[in-house]
Amino acid sequence: MKEENARAYWAANLRLIFTYVAIWFVVSYGCGILLVDELNQIQFFGFKLGFWFAQQGAIYVFLVLIIKYAHSMNKLDRKFDVHED
Amino acid sequence: MDIQTLTYLFVGGSFALYIGIAIWSRAGSTKDFYVAGGGVSPIANGAATAADWMSAASFISMAGIIAYSGYDASVYLMGWTGGYVLLAMLLAPYLRKFGKFTVPDFIGDRYYSNVARTVAVICVIFVSFTYVAGQMRGTGIVFARFLEVNVNTGVVIGMAIVFFYAVLGGMKGITYTQVAQYCVLIFAFLVPAVFLSIMMTGHVLPQTGFGGTVLDAAGNDSGVYLLHKLDQVVTDLGFTEYTEGSKSTIDVFFIAAALMCGTAGLPHVIVRFFTVPRVKDARISAGWALFFIALLYTSAPAVGAFARLNLIDTVNETQYTELPEWFYNWENSGLIGWVDKNGDGAVQMRAGAPFEGKPTYAGSREETKGSYGERVLTNAPTDNSSEVYIDRDIIVLANPEIGNLPAWVIALVAAGGVAAALSTAAGLLLVISSAISHDLLKKTLMPGINEKQELLAARGAAVVAIVIAGYFGINPPGFVAQVVAFAFGLAAASFFPVILMGIFYKRMNKEGAIAGMLVGLIFTFSYIVFFKFVSPELNNAEHWLLGVSPEGIGTFGMMLNFAVAFAVSRVTAPPPEHIQHIVEDIRIPRGAGEASAH
Repeated sequence: MKEENARAYWAANLRLIFTYVAIWFVVSYGCGILLVDELNQIQFFGFKLGFWFAQQGAIYVFLVLIIKYAHSMNKLDRKFDVHED
Repeated sequence: MDIQTLTYLFVGGSFALYIGIAIWSRAGSTKDFYVAGGGVSPIANGAATAADWMSAASFISMAGIIAYSGYDASVYLMGWTGGYVLLAMLLAPYLRKFGKFTVPDFIGDRYYSNVARTVAVICVIFVSFTYVAGQMRGTGIVFARFLEVNVNTGVVIGMAIVFFYAVLGGMKGITYTQVAQYCVLIFAFLVPAVFLSIMMTGHVLPQTGFGGTVLDAAGNDSGVYLLHKLDQVVTDLGFTEYTEGSKSTIDVFFIAAALMCGTAGLPHVIVRFFTVPRVKDARISAGWALFFIALLYTSAPAVGAFARLNLIDTVNETQYTELPEWFYNWENSGLIGWVDKNGDGAVQMRAGAPFEGKPTYAGSREETKGSYGERVLTNAPTDNSSEVYIDRDIIVLANPEIGNLPAWVIALVAAGGVAAALSTAAGLLLVISSAISHDLLKKTLMPGINEKQELLAARGAAVVAIVIAGYFGINPPGFVAQVVAFAFGLAAASFFPVILMGIFYKRMNKEGAIAGMLVGLIFTFSYIVFFKFVSPELNNAEHWLLGVSPEGIGTFGMMLNFAVAFAVSRVTAPPPEHIQHIVEDIRIPRGAGEASAH
């Protein structure tokens, strides 16, 4: 039982990681590098959108990702009863 | 008060603060010395990580690099922040749960092998020393410019300060001084950034001013977007458009990946996450670290754009004799050089280098005066119409002067530059000393020594590391400047894959890990050495493997590491039972307790 619980917890954690790493990849490598020319056709305030992602947007998204992950994991820790203290 | 007195006051005051903290937070045990007792709050650890992470190069050079290369510099912005996402999700929480003192500790235990541990120790020392030599030099240069001492005296003062708090306080002393250093450096970076933003766009936040409209000379909104105007101005002068790139997509992709995975694999960053009390603290602490780093990293591109536009406005087509004072001052220190190719007495900024290399002179300013009072250069001029060399490093240092900001801002920037260099140097030196005293002595060569002796050895190793780093700072070997950027590639190709697989792939064994680490490291190292030192004349896209520059090759080394490790582990015996239990255990937060040696 204990082992099954640990396995389920780990699977849930991996799902979260895959989701967040995918977003991480899309905003930095996708919007900031691979699709930058296409996105640059779009104006975002005073920025070309691709340029904004590369020099501002990606960093903001990174920050949100870490905070979301830390919160989701705290919930997961409790749900599977593996939390500290 | 004049600038000189103010600078002494600010820099001296910040030193007194660091030394005070060092005395207050002396280390009493090896645990204090290696991981600050394991009781640092996630916010304090975030600030310390940010100071540890942002070196003299981030503080002084980055905005300048962005100002000169526009979109192409984005790779550094994303590369040096994106790694924290990987750290928070893939490495930091599990290494914290593992609860040891160093990175080689994890590798040695997880791969049940002293060979793996020793390979890791060598990687740690190599990566950290290349990095720290540059920091010592950076400290010296900042001292030299602002305190008017020579660079070597500057290095020695820097050594003395780091000596005091790193040897006395270990990780504990370093952590709390880094928190103070973060406050000094971020304040010093943001004050001129905010001033510039208000002056040029009327926005208080540089991040929004960056996308705002430019104010005209009378202070009225011109209705033209700053970046739009900048694109126009630079293309008119023959430069590449500011918001467009000139590097190939594949190269940018590989460089960004090498920087991100390298960041996540750098030992002095990883060990910071051993100092927080719980696994959940390690996760959110990475968020705090990125928040503190992002304050600087999202302002720097704005500063770069403001400075570029401001610089062109002020200097281009202006008569030499009518230039502002700062131009002559930086010309005196050899960071600006002008050659009047068309004989009109005005300065023309155009694409291309105005002459070969950095400015060199036959004598002092008085001895080498040209017809307009400029310093006459001995460099051979190039045949384009570009006339002026402005070193990118002065963008941040001279911004307060270029923007006509008050004298205390200039003094503040000096204190910030010193803080950035010292905090990074101290973090690296600690990693080197613990690799020697803990991993090499205690865990490999002399397992019999007791805690007191180990603490003494750690302090001794820190002293030796400081002296060696200082020596390299005073006599910088030619390769240092070229190699610092590659520390990331090497970390990405060696540590990142073995740590990641150690956590996420239970079947990974010592044979696979050692083979992977060696292949990744040797491949990356040879590629860099070949193109940088053996045949630098071949260092261009035509000869690169798949068009990947030496800066980005770490990503390739990393892929090789993964592939080799996986293949070797499939054909050799699985790791012993108790190792598989360790892996299961580090995946579960409960029971993290405090970092321990056993």
